[in-house]
This record gives sequence, structure tokens and C-alpha cells, in this order.
Amino acid sequence: MPNLGLIFIHFSPELILLVGALAILAYDLAVRGRDALQPWIALVTLVAAAAATVALYGSAAGIFESTVNIGSTAQPEISTVREGAFVSDGFTNFFRLISALTASLVILSGMKYMHGRTPFKGEFYMFVVFSALAMNLMAGSNDLIMIAVSIEFLSITSYILTAFLRDDNKSIEGGLKYFLFGSITSAAMLFGLTYLYGIAGTTSLPDLAAVIARPESDLVSGLDSLVLPALMFVLAGVGFKLALVPFHQWAPEAFEGAPTPVTSFLSVGPKAAGFAVLIRLFAAVHGSESIGVAWLGILASIAGITMVVGNLAALPQTNVKRLLAYSSIAQAGYMLVGIAAYFGASLTGLDALGSVLYYILAYVFTNLGAFAVVIAVEQASGSSEISAFNGLARRSPMLAVSLAILFLGLLGIPPLAGFFAKFAVFSAAVTSGMTGLAIVGVLTGVIAAGYYFNVVKAMFLNAPAEGWTPIRTAPTLNFVIVLSLVMTFVIGIGVQPFLDIANSAAAVVLPAAEAIVDGH
Amino acid sequence: MEGYHLLTLITFVPLIGMAIVMVLRDDQTIKTASLIWSLIPLALSGLLWFGYDKQAGGFQFEYLAHWIPSVGINYHVGVDGFSVPLIFLTCLLTTISLWYSNDVIHDRVKEYYALFLLLQVGMLGVFVSLDLFMFYVFFEIGLVPMYFLIGIWGGPRREYAAIKFFLYTLAGSVLMLLALIAVAFNTDSFSMIRGSMTSSVIDAAAIPFSSNPTGTAAIMAFLGFLVAMLIKMPSFPFHTWLPDAHTEAPTAGSVILAGVLLKLGTYGLVRVVMPLFPAAFSAMALPIGFLAFTSIVYGALVAMAQWDFKKLIAYSSVNHMGYITLGLVAAVAAVHAAEGEALTPEALIALSEARQAAIDGAVLQMFTHGIITGALFLLVGMIYDNRTHERDFRKLGTGLWRTVPRYGTFLIVAAFASLGLPGLAGFVSEFLVFKGAFGVSIAGNPELLILTALSVLGILFTAAFILWKIIQMLLLGPQNETWLDTPDLKRNEMGMLIPLVAFMLLFGLYPRPILDFIHPASASLLETMDIDAAHGADADSDASTTTEPLP
Repeated sequence: MPNLGLIFIHFSPELILLVGALAILAYDLAVRGRDALQPWIALVTLVAAAAATVALYGSAAGIFESTVNIGSTAQPEISTVREGAFVSDGFTNFFRLISALTASLVILSGMKYMHGRTPFKGEFYMFVVFSALAMNLMAGSNDLIMIAVSIEFLSITSYILTAFLRDDNKSIEGGLKYFLFGSITSAAMLFGLTYLYGIAGTTSLPDLAAVIARPESDLVSGLDSLVLPALMFVLAGVGFKLALVPFHQWAPEAFEGAPTPVTSFLSVGPKAAGFAVLIRLFAAVHGSESIGVAWLGILASIAGITMVVGNLAALPQTNVKRLLAYSSIAQAGYMLVGIAAYFGASLTGLDALGSVLYYILAYVFTNLGAFAVVIAVEQASGSSEISAFNGLARRSPMLAVSLAILFLGLLGIPPLAGFFAKFAVFSAAVTSGMTGLAIVGVLTGVIAAGYYFNVVKAMFLNAPAEGWTPIRTAPTLNFVIVLSLVMTFVIGIGVQPFLDIANSAAAVVLPAAEAIVDGH
Repeated sequence: MEGYHLLTLITFVPLIGMAIVMVLRDDQTIKTASLIWSLIPLALSGLLWFGYDKQAGGFQFEYLAHWIPSVGINYHVGVDGFSVPLIFLTCLLTTISLWYSNDVIHDRVKEYYALFLLLQVGMLGVFVSLDLFMFYVFFEIGLVPMYFLIGIWGGPRREYAAIKFFLYTLAGSVLMLLALIAVAFNTDSFSMIRGSMTSSVIDAAAIPFSSNPTGTAAIMAFLGFLVAMLIKMPSFPFHTWLPDAHTEAPTAGSVILAGVLLKLGTYGLVRVVMPLFPAAFSAMALPIGFLAFTSIVYGALVAMAQWDFKKLIAYSSVNHMGYITLGLVAAVAAVHAAEGEALTPEALIALSEARQAAIDGAVLQMFTHGIITGALFLLVGMIYDNRTHERDFRKLGTGLWRTVPRYGTFLIVAAFASLGLPGLAGFVSEFLVFKGAFGVSIAGNPELLILTALSVLGILFTAAFILWKIIQMLLLGPQNETWLDTPDLKRNEMGMLIPLVAFMLLFGLYPRPILDFIHPASASLLETMDIDAAHGADADSDASTTTEPLP
């Protein structure tokens, strides 16, 4: 008889999200979509999930090292061995907090926006909560099938959210493009996963890691050489979620077409969860002899190309949502630099992964804050073109200053959060001997200044359009903006505690990888 | 209690001022409040000037706290003889700039004053930092307010000039960021204090790449820092942002840009590049010396070709910053004794004195250029912003001295100081630079001798454009009828200029008070770099290898 109590405790954030999402649906049915209480149910659910996560964080001092395996045939118990489909450990907890945070901020910034545009209020909040659930499942995936299913789960909720404004052609177009692209990359990923299964004879990540780490002679001849092609197919699937070049083409249309709160979610949520999967999966195959240098080269070149293409393509954009789409592509490239650095040097792997997690944390606040300002401007002027930002410094000094600071944060100007994040990933790259990648990174950062300052220039240097009016923003939106702004400074100046959190979450993943390295 | 928090206070007092400006409503209140507020850091920097123990030398008013301990990044402040005068200069020029802006800025006053105070935080932070990471943070902070100052309150081409300034300097800084990571990785420390400059607080941190100080990695890291500083200074060929930025910036912005921001680059050379990369700098002394020579001569020649008063001063900055580079190059340039001989002890002492004179001159030039060019930009602003709205020499015409005699007198003093007339501050620093550079060249570096000798041409050209354009075309000759009604300087305008002119005269006639700061600091910089010991050893080993086979 499995220890159900332990499962309930360590799966509680996910259960809360599931119950909350269904409750929104039930409530919406009961009031026939009229009432406006749905977002608050969603928020309470997310806060409860976050609180449960914090409780898990604090419940045992050793929670970072220990784990609860869920979905395994063995007794679920707190152990340092990972088995089963889903593990609840410090790494999962880190991403549980990220997903709850992302979903809450998206809901807070989107409440007014969605209410004016669609009658289907309940569904929107339900899908956002489900997306948070999917992100949690991705972060805790410990099994190839779980990875595939949870990515698919998040994809489907994302497609629906993108096409949520069903009377708006752009929204439909974005959703469809997203869906078509996603189906193909999902198929490629599944294909790659079957190869991994074929090689290892198991879908469990720890078992896979153990098989792959064995010396080549132990494996059926030639099988090890299949790891690299298999990973490339998987990378297509995960790269799609992360919008890495060349799997990024869906992003500009989906970002522009989707309702802006959804865009803000897409730019952060799937990326964070995608990186969680990437880290877990790659840590498992870290030990393979065949993937070594070639794999490193592939990751490094994808990171390089993503930074270059993302930043260059953002330059000519005249629509801020598209601009931010490309900027978020570039940001994923910077995070991938940290992942590549992790593969580059196993000894400094901890710092490299920690830097990626710190980057994600900084990025969540900075990017969601920036989108909140875009939502406010779009609400006021009905457009997200750069020209709509003309003279924003007059129309709403608070919004203009906030967006400028958040953009400087994305650009990596000290002392904002984005600066130390970039510093950390580039440090990881330099210490792993990938100075070239770091050079590409910092130089593309200068390109980024070009497009961020296009918007800054419009806000501060250009005059507002004739007959301008001051902008008033909803209190919920103001809350998101102020919170993001404060956190951009707090994370950027008071670095250490956040770095500690990131490093300790990263450390959970690492022992598996280190064990594999030792096994050589 | 030596006032350990004095530096922290000086640096962040303007930030509090910024917060105060944000809550004030009335424009005139904002102007007055920030001007009065800026007197606090000025007074504190005066306290620092007199509080710094020149006999003891070294780093004083040090304070260290862990900032990001897991990475080894500290909040570490401290000042030595290089930084004290520059901190005072920053506070002085900021106060004068705010005073000047009082009558000139009418649009978006709150933003202007808030940004100006933020800019001051960035500049002061650079001068007090003893941690590389902190240094970088403050180095970058100044970029953003300057972008807005040029972009919002600048001239007709302000948007172009602002983004060009921003992108150029950002490109330089990001390369420095990588170099900084390489240094920190190599030494496991972000501390900027090395070798004998180490204070009691910090353990000696090795010079980075000490196993191979001129290897590829060391040279790459060196170039990362060097290019960032050369862009900031700016030196030829990275100077093209400067004329645009200077010409378009509002007057107070130009004053700060020329007076202080350019010094961040040269200060970075003496504070970071020279202690960290003495060997690499020495190895590349001649190419950098060539850039210095080009900046000096080319800067002066291009300045001579300008008809725009402001642009002329801007290009003259390129020329003047070239002297600083030349002095620093002379301080590290290798000296080869004649075949088969080592330098005699007397020659080594003379050489070391020459090197020290070169550094003294270069650092003094940072200060004197700050007050001289600051004054010149103020004078350009006074005639352009408030009076003629014309900066073209051909239209401003002749005889301005007779029309506005007080203005003419101040302009003549500042112009002659810029030209390097003996008795004014510019002369002392340039003289020391050339004295040092010639001393080092004659000790045994013929290539440097050629560069130095050719650089003297720069003084000639500088004299030529100042005499021709400013003195002859602008001030002397028959009065231009158009400007007959132009009012002369008001009392407050003279108030802004008098302190600057007073310093030109004081340090021109009696530079001792400021050299007392600089001289010990350059001595300890030389000691840290230990250039001649390395070369002396080379010479010894050369001598031994060449003499031994002989019977």
C-alpha cells in the first residue's frame, strides 16, 4: 500500500492547482460567466500552491537533497534516489514558485484587458492555472513519457490561450501557426524520445543516465552513437518551447496575435519550464561519451545563433509585442549560454546551472513587468506599435520610467537584476573556456541596446500625439509593475540570497551528473 | 574613527538628492534645492581633500563589506592621491553645472535635475571603487543619465548623438566586462589593489596572468580594458562619438562630459589597467603611444578646421586627452640600454624620476583639463545659450572682447590655459608629461623619442587654433555690429567661472598642493608595476648571455 499521505503532501501544489482550475470552471458554469470572481479564485489557487511549495521548501532542512518519488512502483519515501515519473525536490520547488509567480502576475496584469475583449472569462483563468500545473509537471518530470505528456499539456493550453480572442483574426492566426509548428516539433521530439528508450530500454531518467554512463563496450555496439541524433530530435521539441533559433518562427506571429497578457505568459512560462526539462534531461545524458564535444558544439552554436538572430531581428520591429518576442528569443539564447557552459566544464557545472536559474528568476520579473506596461499602454491607446509609446513620459511618467528601467534590466545595465544574470552566465562561459560564446553574447547585447532604446526614445524624446491624455492604469496592473520594478532592483543589488536559492536548486540536479562523471 | 563612511556618504548623497527632487513639485524649488544639495558632496569632498593624510599616502578612508560573498565581490571603497582630486573636481563641476542650468533649463526640470544627480553618483562611484565589479557597475550607471541629458535637452541632432554616445560606450564597457571576468577568474579576486599597493585590509592579490603576463589571454584581457578606456577618453580612432555628443549636449552636459566623464577612461588606465597589466601595457606601449600621438596631432588639426566654437573645444579634448595617454605610455615604455650594458644605478634613478613625472603630468592633466575645458564649455554656453544663439566663428565675428570685456577676459585666460601658457595650470601638466616622456625616451627608447618629438607639434597646432580662432577671430579686431547690444557676463556667471579660473592660476603658479596628492600615488603605482626591474633583469640576462661566450 503506497504511502498516500506523503504523496499528498509532496504533490500538494499540483493537486491544489488541479482543484482550483476545476473550481473556476464549476463556478463559471454556475454563474454562466457573468461574475468577475473567477480571477480571484485563480489567484487564491496560485497563492495556495505557492504557499504549499514554500512549506515544502521549509519542511525539511534537507529538502534540497532529498526527493519524493511519485508514480514509482516502490514505496514513496523521502530518499536521495530518484525514481518514478515525478520527483518533488528543490529543483521542482524552484520552478513551482516560478510558475505560480508567472501565472499570478499574468492574471493580475490581464484582468481588465481580458474582460473588455472576451465573454469567456472563466476559461481564460482556468487555462492559465492549468498552464501553471503543466509547468510544474514539466519541472518535476523524471521520465521520458512524463516529459512528453507534460510538454504536450503545456502546449495545448498555450495554443488555446493564444487563439483566445476568437473574433480576432490575428489571434486565430497566431494560435494556428503556433499549433502547426508545435505539432511538428512535438512529433520530432517523440521520435527522439523513442530512440532514447530504444537505447536504454527504460523511460526513467536515472536509469537512462546509468545506462548511458556505462563504458561503450557494455552497450550493444553502435547504440551509443544514437544518443546524439536522439537528443537533436528532442532539442527540436524543447527548442520550440524555448523559441530557440531555428525553432522560433512561430514566436513573432503568436506573440503579436495573442492577447497581450497571454503573450506575456508565453514569453516567460514555457521558457522557464522548457529550461527545467532541458536541464533534467541533459543532466541525465551528461555522461554519454559519444555526445561530448559534438553536443557541446551544437548547444553553443544554437546559443550563439539564437542571440544573434533574436537581437538582429528585433532591431527593425515597429510593434512592441513583436519586438519583445524577438528580445525573448535572444534572452533564451543568453540562458542557453549557461547551459552550454554547464556541459563545457563539469567542475563548474554548479555555478553554470545556478546562473541559469538566477537568470530565469531575474527574467520573470523584468519581462512580466515590461509586458504589464505594454498592456497598460495598449489599453489606453489601442495599439502596441512603438508610435503608441510616443511621449509616454508625459502621458504617464510612472509607466515610462518603469518601462525604461525594465528595459535597461533586460539589456543588463547594472545594478539591475538582468546585469548580474548576464554577468553570471558569461562568467560561467568564460570559466568553461567558451570565451567566444561570451564575446558573441556581450556584443549582441550592444545590438539589443539599439532596439530597446527605440522604445525608450519614443517614450522620452518624442512628443505625444496631438490631443494626448494622461494614462490611468488599473490598480492590479500597477501592482504588477511596481512589484517587478522593486524586484528588478532587489534581485540585482541584493544578489546573494537569490543566488543561493538558485544554486541550491541547481545542486539538486547536479549529483546525478556528478555521479555519472565519477562513473567514467 | 577616520570617517570610514565618508566615501559612501559622498557617493550616495546625490542619490538622496535625486529622491528629494522626485517629490518636489515647483520647478524653481527643484533647481534651488538640487543646487544647495550639491554643496553637501562638494563640502564633503573638501573635507576629503584636507582629511587625506598626504604624508601617509596609500589608500585611506577605506571601507570593505561583503556584497556577493559566494563570488568574492565586495563593496570596497577607498581613495588615494589619484582619486581625491578627481572627486573634488566632480563635485565642483557638478555644482557649477547645476548653477549654470538654473537659467537655461526650463523644460522638464524635474527629470533634468534628477538625472544630473544620478550621473554624479555614477561618476563618484567610479572614483571611490576599489572592487572591479563595483567599478564596472558605476562605470555603466553614468551612461543612462547622460543619454537622456543629451537626448532630451540637446541640440538639433540630439537623438543621433545620444544613441551614438550610448552604443559606443556600451560596446566598450561590455568588452571590459569580459576582461573583468577573465581577471577575476584568473586571480580569484575582484580586488583592484595589487602588490605593494595593498592596504592592511586586503590580502595581496596576485597580478593576473602572472605566469604569462604577455600571453594571448593576458593580452586579450588587457585589450578588453584598454579599448573600453580608449573609447571613454576618447582616443583616436574611437573618438568619433565625442564631437557629436559634445556639440549636441546641453552646456552643463558638455561640462560634465568633458570635465569628468572623459576622465573615467584615463582614471581607469591608472587605476585598473596599469596595475593589472603592467607587462602587457609595456609590451604594447608603442602602438598605444602612436594612438596618443595621433590623438594629439590629429585632434589639434581637426580642431583647427572647425568653425563651430563648441566643436572646436570638443576636438581640443581629443588633443588634450592624447597627452594623458602619452604620459602613461612613457611611464611603462621599455627602455633598452646600449648593447651589452645594463643601466647604471644613476640612470635607473633618472629613469624612474622621468616615469614618475610622466604619470604626475598625466594625472594632473586630468584635473587641469577638467577645469579648463569645463570653463571653456561654460563660456561657449554663456555666449550661445543666453546671448547670441550663434556658435559659428564667422558669424560671431570679431571684436567680442570690446563688446563684452568681462566675457573676453575670462575666455582669454581659459583659452591660454588650454594652450598651455606658462603660469596657467595646463602648462604644468603638459610640461611634466613631455619632461617624463623625453626622459624615458632618452634613457633608451628611440621610437618613443620620435613619437614624443612629433607630439610636440600638437602643442604648436593647439596654439595655432586657439590664437587664430578664439583670440584673433573672436576676441580681437573691429567690433561686429550684430552683437553690439550683447550684455556682458552677469555676476552669477562670473561666480561660476571664478573658481575654475582661480584653480587655473593657483595650480599654474603653485602646483604643489595638488602634486602632493599625485606624486606619492604615482610612486606607488610605479612600484607596483615594477617595469624597470623586469627590464633590468632582461638587460642583465641579455648582458650575461652575450658576454659569457666571450673569452
